[in-house]
Amino acid sequence: MPNTTILPANQRNLKNRVGVGRAIRNSGTLAYRALLKMFHNPEIFVDFVVLPVMFTLLFTFLFGGAIAGNISNYLPIVIPGVLLMSSFTNCTTAGSKLREDVDKGTTSRFKSMPIARIAPLAGSLTADLVRYVMGGITVFTTGYLLGYRPEAGISAVIFSILFVMFVAWCLSWVFAFISLCTKTISTASAIGVVVMFPLVFLSNAFVPAETMPGRLQYFVLHINPLSHVVTVVRQLLTYGTIGADFWFALSGTLALLLVFIPLTLIAYKRKA
Amino acid sequence: MTNTRLKNNSILAVEAHGLVKTFGDNRAVDGVSLSIPTGSICGVLGPNGAGKTTTINMLATLSKPDAGNVKIFGYDVLSETQIVRQLIGLTGQFASIDEDLTALENLMIFGRLYGYSRQDARRIGNELLAEFGLSDVASRSLSKFSGGMRRRLDLAVSLISQPPLIFLDEPTTGLDPRTRTQMWQTIRKLVKGGSTVLLTTQYLDEADQLADNIVVIDKGRVVANDTPEGLKRSVGSSSLRLTVKDADHTANAAQIIRGILKAKVHLAEASELIAPMNNPDKLTDVLTSLKDAGIALSGVSILQPTLDEVFFALTGESSQAKKEEN
Ligand SMILES: Nc1ncnc2c1ncn2[C@@H]1O[C@H](COP(=O)(O)OP(=O)(O)OP(=O)(O)O)[C@@H](O)[C@H]1O
Ligand SMILES: [Mg+2]
Repeated sequence: MPNTTILPANQRNLKNRVGVGRAIRNSGTLAYRALLKMFHNPEIFVDFVVLPVMFTLLFTFLFGGAIAGNISNYLPIVIPGVLLMSSFTNCTTAGSKLREDVDKGTTSRFKSMPIARIAPLAGSLTADLVRYVMGGITVFTTGYLLGYRPEAGISAVIFSILFVMFVAWCLSWVFAFISLCTKTISTASAIGVVVMFPLVFLSNAFVPAETMPGRLQYFVLHINPLSHVVTVVRQLLTYGTIGADFWFALSGTLALLLVFIPLTLIAYKRKA
Repeated sequence: MTNTRLKNNSILAVEAHGLVKTFGDNRAVDGVSLSIPTGSICGVLGPNGAGKTTTINMLATLSKPDAGNVKIFGYDVLSETQIVRQLIGLTGQFASIDEDLTALENLMIFGRLYGYSRQDARRIGNELLAEFGLSDVASRSLSKFSGGMRRRLDLAVSLISQPPLIFLDEPTTGLDPRTRTQMWQTIRKLVKGGSTVLLTTQYLDEADQLADNIVVIDKGRVVANDTPEGLKRSVGSSSLRLTVKDADHTANAAQIIRGILKAKVHLAEASELIAPMNNPDKLTDVLTSLKDAGIALSGVSILQPTLDEVFFALTGESSQAKKEEN
């Protein structure tokens, strides 16, 4: 306070390191900040509530008859697909809030403070978990109202949401990295769309791979990593089990995370 | 205890030597050295693009100097960065608070980041809001704040941790005269409490009013470093301002004045000349000589020394360059 006496520099207890505990607390505070901003701006709920409902209805009624004969047969195919699509379109915008902070100078202020350098990144991306979970709940609720009853029950539903949330969170570091490297934020979102759309649609998310021509089928099943995630979710919801695809998807996204946390941090430090 | 205290007094709050920062082939800061004694206000004065912000950024650990070194209270900014960050508060040139949050939320989040508990952060936040006259709008969204309110809140944020050294980058730019005076009072109060302040400004009267020591920089170099009084003394006790009726005669007039006053003459505007005048008796000589040369005047005045003259005297070249831009 201006009206109290300032403790002189040499009488302070000072440390030249930020410990892990402090880093986690800082990240928590900044995640809380991101959430507060999210809830002060309710229009962004369109992204993770209205869009998933729209996608579910659109795909179910548009493709349901053509692909699976009727709507109720198509629901087990399309629900995992929409779950994935809504989470992944959300994570392509993960870097936009970070970028806003960089452009507005908030990041400079963070940099002048004794906080962990990773906290603004980790906080912002972790707050997005709320978006993935809300998107997931919306997708399953819409599916339920359309008559979808997953065989493996509620625990499989919860596990699927958490699994897709984790994958999306790992991927969001990649998109945060991209948004910190581009000149403007709109370039970054354009890249997000260009990368995400082909990957989502050239996968087994909406159409069973068996109906595709040979080469495309090979790409969908063996090259596109997103197909593994969709397969995991379908298997979970139908049989309540996890198989090789689960471990493949998990190790793949973990590897991505290990590569992109440092890369994103470097890009962030350079930008700020 | 006494020993450490003695040591503290001898330690400078800021000690920078030969700072250099280049962007491409633009030497934005070109060998700046500064020392600021604990408990004083240092005013860094310079025109747009002089390198003020770039200098602050290096002192406040935001960017690494290409050459030179900085010690804050004896701690090195490069090797003891986190310690330095615990000792400084920074209010940047552009408000960096969150538009989407309320004033109190902003303060509380920064308080939490500095390690205060939720209750303490709330208490400190409320105290600061009261101090800065923002209590009434504590829970209002910042998007409805005026520029002056934002500026004050931005300053409040950098005081949360009660740092002994505060950097203020153009704290009063864009404020109305009343809010500006309030800001000055706040800054003086901070120093009374034991803080050291480094502020940058483009306003000469501001540096004159507040600073114990003024560092004038231009094109990345320190062109003067003195007390306000010392700076004024260096350009003479008062100065003469003449406006020539016919701009074509300006150069001629400047030559005549230079011959009589034996001092540098500065072109303030197309037909306006300013020259330091230590001996007022010489005024008649100047006027007679001009008349003899057939140079008509449209205005004569004696200026009490202000930092404006100091500024013209020291960075005359760049003030001219600025004029060409206009
Ligand atoms: N990030 C940057 N990249 C490239 N050039 C820069 C950068 N930051 C500053 N500069 C250049 O460095 C010089 C000094 O800029 P600086 O912002 O330090 O000036 P200033 O004294 O703060 O000016 P102002 O009064 O306008 O704020 C300018 O020529 C500016 O163009
Ligand atoms: Mg500046």
